[in-house]
Amino acid sequence: MSFHLLLFLAFGAVCAGGAINLLAQRHPINSALSLIAVMAALSGEYLLLGAEFVAAVQVIVYAGAIMVLFVFVIMLLNAGEEEETKGSRVAILFGVPGILIGGVLMAWVVLRHSGTIAVGIGALPGPPTDIAQLLFHDFLLPFEVTSVLILIAIMGAVVLASKPELPAGKVD
Amino acid sequence: MVPLSYYLLLSGFLFACGVIGFLIKRNIITIFMSIELMLNGVNLSFVAFAAQWHALSGQVFVFFVMVVAAAEAAVGLAIIISVYRTRETLNVDQVNLLKL
Amino acid sequence: MSVGVFILVSVIKSLIVLIVLLTAVAYTVWLERKVVGHMQNRWGPTRVGPFGLLQPAADGLKFLFKEDLTPPHVYKPLFLAAPMMALIFALTSIAVIPFGNSIPIFGYSIPLEITDVNIGLLVILGVTSMGVYGVALAGWSSNNKYSLLGGLRASAQMISYEIALGLSLVGVLIQSGSFSLRNIVEAQAGRFLWIIPRWNIFHGQFIGFFIYLMAAYAETNRIPFDLPEAETELVAGYHTEYSSMKFAMFFMAEYANMITVACLATILFFGGWNGPLAGPPIVRALLPLVWFVAKVFCFLFLYIWVRGTLPRFRYDQLMSFGWKFLLPLAIANLVITAIVVAW
Repeated sequence: MSFHLLLFLAFGAVCAGGAINLLAQRHPINSALSLIAVMAALSGEYLLLGAEFVAAVQVIVYAGAIMVLFVFVIMLLNAGEEEETKGSRVAILFGVPGILIGGVLMAWVVLRHSGTIAVGIGALPGPPTDIAQLLFHDFLLPFEVTSVLILIAIMGAVVLASKPELPAGKVD
Repeated sequence: MVPLSYYLLLSGFLFACGVIGFLIKRNIITIFMSIELMLNGVNLSFVAFAAQWHALSGQVFVFFVMVVAAAEAAVGLAIIISVYRTRETLNVDQVNLLKL
Repeated sequence: MSVGVFILVSVIKSLIVLIVLLTAVAYTVWLERKVVGHMQNRWGPTRVGPFGLLQPAADGLKFLFKEDLTPPHVYKPLFLAAPMMALIFALTSIAVIPFGNSIPIFGYSIPLEITDVNIGLLVILGVTSMGVYGVALAGWSSNNKYSLLGGLRASAQMISYEIALGLSLVGVLIQSGSFSLRNIVEAQAGRFLWIIPRWNIFHGQFIGFFIYLMAAYAETNRIPFDLPEAETELVAGYHTEYSSMKFAMFFMAEYANMITVACLATILFFGGWNGPLAGPPIVRALLPLVWFVAKVFCFLFLYIWVRGTLPRFRYDQLMSFGWKFLLPLAIANLVITAIVVAW
C-alpha cells in the first residue's frame, strides 16, 4: 500500500465519517462542525490531486467564510435540537435496501468498468498562474457573469434580511 | 497511486449523503448544509477528472461552483432569517402556509 | 537530503519555532503591560524579577494552579474544544512564515522556516479564517447572553474585515507576482531613487498597508476593534465563562495571532529580512534575522501604542467603517495598482 493511497484513505475516512455524522446529529451546530471537517478533509484530497490552489480556496471560501455564515445564523436564531418526526414505514422497508443495492451496484460498475489509469501525486500541478490564465482569458465571460451573480446575491440578501418596513401609523 | 474510480466513489458517497440529508432532515439549516455537501461531492469529481485528463478547466469549474455556493448561501440564509422572523420555526414541516 | 534527515530537521525547526513563539507571546504580554503602564504614568509589573521580567512565568504558574471551572449550563464538548481550536489555528499559521535566508549547518542548507509552500500566503489566510470558529463556538457553547453576543460580534466582524484584508494583499501580490512569501520578500530587495529601500510600503502600497493594518487589528480583536470582548458592555465577551488554563489558551491565541500578523506585515510591506549587511560572514548570516525581529518588534510596539491611545469603536461604526470605507478603498487600491503595473 503506497503512502499516497494511505493518505487518500485517511482523508476519505474523515470525509465519509463527517458526512455520516452530519446526518446522524440532531443539533444543527454539530452538523455544521462535521461539514467543516468534511471540507477540510476534502481540501486534503485536492492537495493529493495536485490542485493546491483549489485546496487553499476550499479552506478560505468554504470552511472559512460560507460555514462561518452558517454557524453565525445558527447562533443568531438560537436553533435548537431538531424535532423527531415519524419516519414512514414504506421508506424504511424499501428505501434502505434500495439505497444499499443501488450503492453496491454503482460501486461495482465504477470499480469494474472505470478503465482509467491511476492518478499520481502532482500529476497535474495547478499553479495559480495557469489557473489565472484560464480564468481571465478562456473563461472571461463566465467569470464576469459570476460577478454579476454575486452582486445580485448581495442585493437579494440585503433586501431579504432587512427588517420589513411597518406601514405608517403602526407601532411595532 | 490512487485510481480515479476511488475518487469518484468518494465523491458519489458525499453526494448521496447530501441527498439523503436533504430528504430526511427537518431543520431548514441542516437541509441547506446537505446541499453544500452535494456541491462538495461534485467539486471533488471535477478536480479528480481535471487530474485525470490533464485539463485545468476542471479546477476552474470548481471556482464557479464555489461562487454559486457562496451566492446561494448568502441568499438562502437571508431567506431563512426572514422565514424565522415571520414564523418563528425552523422546521420545514411547519412552514406550509403560503400566506400568514 | 535524505528523508530521515529531513524529518529530523523539520521536527527540530518546529520545536524551536514553537518555543520561540510561546516565549515571544509571554513577553509580548509583559511588554504590553510595561508600555501601557508607562504611557499612563504607572510602572507596570516591577515586583517579580528585575523590571518584572519574571512576571510571565508567575502568570503562567497562576493560570496553571487556578481552579478549572466548567459551569453546569454550558454545552460541554464545544466548550472544551473551543479554546483548543483557537490556540491550534493561531499556532499553525506560523508554520509557513519565513524568518530569513538559508543558513548552512553541518553541510546542509537549512531554510529559516518550518516549511516552504508556494501558496504560503493563501495557507495563512485559510488558517486565520478558520481561527474565528474558536471564538464563535466559545461564545455559543457558554450558553450565556454576553458570551453569545461576543461570539456573534466576533464572527460578523471577522467575515467583514477578512474581505478588506484579502483585497489589501492583492496589491502586493500583483507587484511581486507570487504567492510564496519567500519570493515576495526577495522581490523587495534593493533600492529605488538611490536611497529608498524597495519595500512595498514605499513602493506604491502605502494605502494597501493602511488597509492591512486596520483589518489586522479587527481580525485579532484588538483595540480599537475589540468589540467581541468589550468589557464595559459584555463583561468579558466570548470568554466570560472561561477560567484557568482554558482562558489562558484564548489569551495565548490572541497574542500569537498578533505576532503572526506582525510577521506577515513585515514580510509583505516592510521587506522582511532585507536590510543593510556588514561585517564578518557569521554576522552577515545572522543580521537578516535581527532585521526581521526588529521590524516585528516595531509592529508589536505599534499595537500596544494604539491600545494605549485609542478608545473603542461602537459596533455600528466598526461595521460601516469596514464596509463603507475600507472595502471601497481596498478595491480602488487594487485597481490603481493593476493599472500602474500593466502600464
